[in-house]
Amino acid sequence: MIMIFGKPLLLLYGQLTLGLINGAFYALLSLGLAIIFGLLNIINFAHGALFMLGAFVAWALLNYLGIGYWPALLLAPIIVGIFGVVMEKTLINKLYKLDHLYGLLLTFGCALIIEGLVRNAFGSSGMPYAIPAVLSRPLDLGFMMLPAYRAWVVVAAAVVCLATWLVIEKTPLGSTLRAATENAALVQAFGVNVPRLLTLTYGAGVALAAFAGVLAAPIYSVNPNMGSNFIITVFAVVVIGGMGSILGSIVTGFGLGIVEGLTKVYYPQASSTVIFVVMAIVLLARPAGLFGRA
Amino acid sequence: MKINRRALLGAAATAALPVAVRPARAQANSIKIGVMNDMSGPYRDISGPTSVAAVKMAVDEFAAKGFSVDVLSADHQNKPDVGASIAGQWYDRDGVDLIIDVPTSSVALAVAGVAKQKNKLLVVSGAATSELTAGACAPSVIHYTYDTYMLAKSTGGATVKAGGDTWYFVTADYAFGKQLQSDTTGFVTAAGGKVLGSSLYPFPGTTDFSSFLVQAQASGAKVLGLCNAGADTVNSIKQAAEFGINAKMQIAAMLMFLNDVHALGLDVAKGLHLTESFYWDLNDRSRAFTKRFLPRMPNNYPNMAHAGCYSGTLHFLQAVTDMGLPAARQSGTAIAERMKAMPVNDDAFQGSIRQDGRGLFNSYLFEVKQPSESKGPWDLYKLVQTTPAAEAWRPLADGHCYYVKA
Repeated sequence: MIMIFGKPLLLLYGQLTLGLINGAFYALLSLGLAIIFGLLNIINFAHGALFMLGAFVAWALLNYLGIGYWPALLLAPIIVGIFGVVMEKTLINKLYKLDHLYGLLLTFGCALIIEGLVRNAFGSSGMPYAIPAVLSRPLDLGFMMLPAYRAWVVVAAAVVCLATWLVIEKTPLGSTLRAATENAALVQAFGVNVPRLLTLTYGAGVALAAFAGVLAAPIYSVNPNMGSNFIITVFAVVVIGGMGSILGSIVTGFGLGIVEGLTKVYYPQASSTVIFVVMAIVLLARPAGLFGRA
Repeated sequence: MKINRRALLGAAATAALPVAVRPARAQANSIKIGVMNDMSGPYRDISGPTSVAAVKMAVDEFAAKGFSVDVLSADHQNKPDVGASIAGQWYDRDGVDLIIDVPTSSVALAVAGVAKQKNKLLVVSGAATSELTAGACAPSVIHYTYDTYMLAKSTGGATVKAGGDTWYFVTADYAFGKQLQSDTTGFVTAAGGKVLGSSLYPFPGTTDFSSFLVQAQASGAKVLGLCNAGADTVNSIKQAAEFGINAKMQIAAMLMFLNDVHALGLDVAKGLHLTESFYWDLNDRSRAFTKRFLPRMPNNYPNMAHAGCYSGTLHFLQAVTDMGLPAARQSGTAIAERMKAMPVNDDAFQGSIRQDGRGLFNSYLFEVKQPSESKGPWDLYKLVQTTPAAEAWRPLADGHCYYVKA
């Protein structure tokens, strides 16, 4: 058996694959955060709660209306996205002219309220959500048995990330978005309805979080705290990638998932810390993040 | 109306005054019980408001004569420093006579330190660590419902006996997880089994266990020992099923509550073995208890920690009644000694409390039912084995509790 630093190579392959899967969640979540921060200048601390809301909406659709996983994958992001639009229209749009700190406080408060309401309604131990039958069989990769569902998560996340990147970098809508990020006043002078653009962007970012939530529902227990476990790590990913950088958040999301996966083999106690160690090093060497512009 | 600044300050001062001059001690003819647990985090369903409801039911049913009983509750957020400061405030300022429940071993150890220092009564129901009746024991602390030793002996012992002689542990990296792993390791090796490896994962904050599960599988061990609790256990088992590990390894969830099994669903949890000292459908008395309890908390059936809060409160109130209020309020150790001298006999628990504060009750090994066997959403367990109270717990001498005379 080939060994690397005392661990069998096959085990490491397995861990790399698993790291990639966690990275898919980091990438999806940090992508939404990066878009929202890039355009709205809002540090969206409610992102974890909205991720959780996505999973709960999927659960509710199944249990109250009998709507299964595949339609929920589309419906839940739309429903939570609309909720995000309402949030932006009623609360967040009051803060654009103020310091970042206010947005952070407001969205953090929103997160606490959303999580508290869900916890009161459904308890803290979570709800079961089954893996769709088509994907419940494990795939034999030679070095490990990979559940088909996890493979699907990576593919779905990669496709959505790529699509979002293409829309922002290669379409007229995307160029308007990017222009509004640079200079909102000038774009408005050209006749673009910037406030509506901001609302829809927030809705889209939130919908991405909800999409990740639906993807996560069959793997993790659907419970009110599932988002708060992710959110701090995801913020670290955004900072490492460079605040507001779309490509940066995707690449660092997947990359850090792998770094974390390897730590879980060699020194599992540090697996929750390693991302912050990387963050500290990156901030020392490149304060704007790996893909950020200083 | 224009508000004058001076008037405003004056009003604020008067408003603050009643708080400042309020008597430090509560009224002489009342007893205060403080339920401290996790009201908002991962252990809310296994302790939380359901424990408060259990304590209140005990108070209502006991219908104390000669004194009134107040029940307070607080959220310790699973943080030892928060728990210790609430305990200090309750005992010193609010005149609380008994703190009960206190899940999360790290918090329970911190609160036990406060109770010992102030000679106040603490009845732990929700926390697991067997240190509470060993190195960290105190004359005014009672560990009521269960502990890591009893779980390890029941679940661990039965698993090795059934042929599961090689183990891999996935363990929460804090006081409780490590204690549970070390207690279980003792039983596994004593029975001729071997521990092939373990992964200590950061707690709290770990949601993905797949990496540890794959390592466990690669170790070639027959048994996957989960030394964690609550949502972590639920996630571990769910993900083990996803990776097909439950088909190749036997899963021993060293601590699992009824509410966790309910959250998992029988499709995933079926066939698991676990240990509790109470189950609502165990016998006529437990069913009678549950029938009276459910109107208070219809969506969350009581587990052993909740039932322990009920039983512990009843036992405490009986002790206070017997010794009289003035004597009871003076010393936590005196009430604890009184509680140790009386047998426990109510609908939830029957047994006694040992000199070192260890509650001695039967422990029950359960198997989670197949979906086809279950008649309702909470019809989850079938009884596999009963360990009698005399054998279930760590022998008195092995705990080396400092105040116990040999």
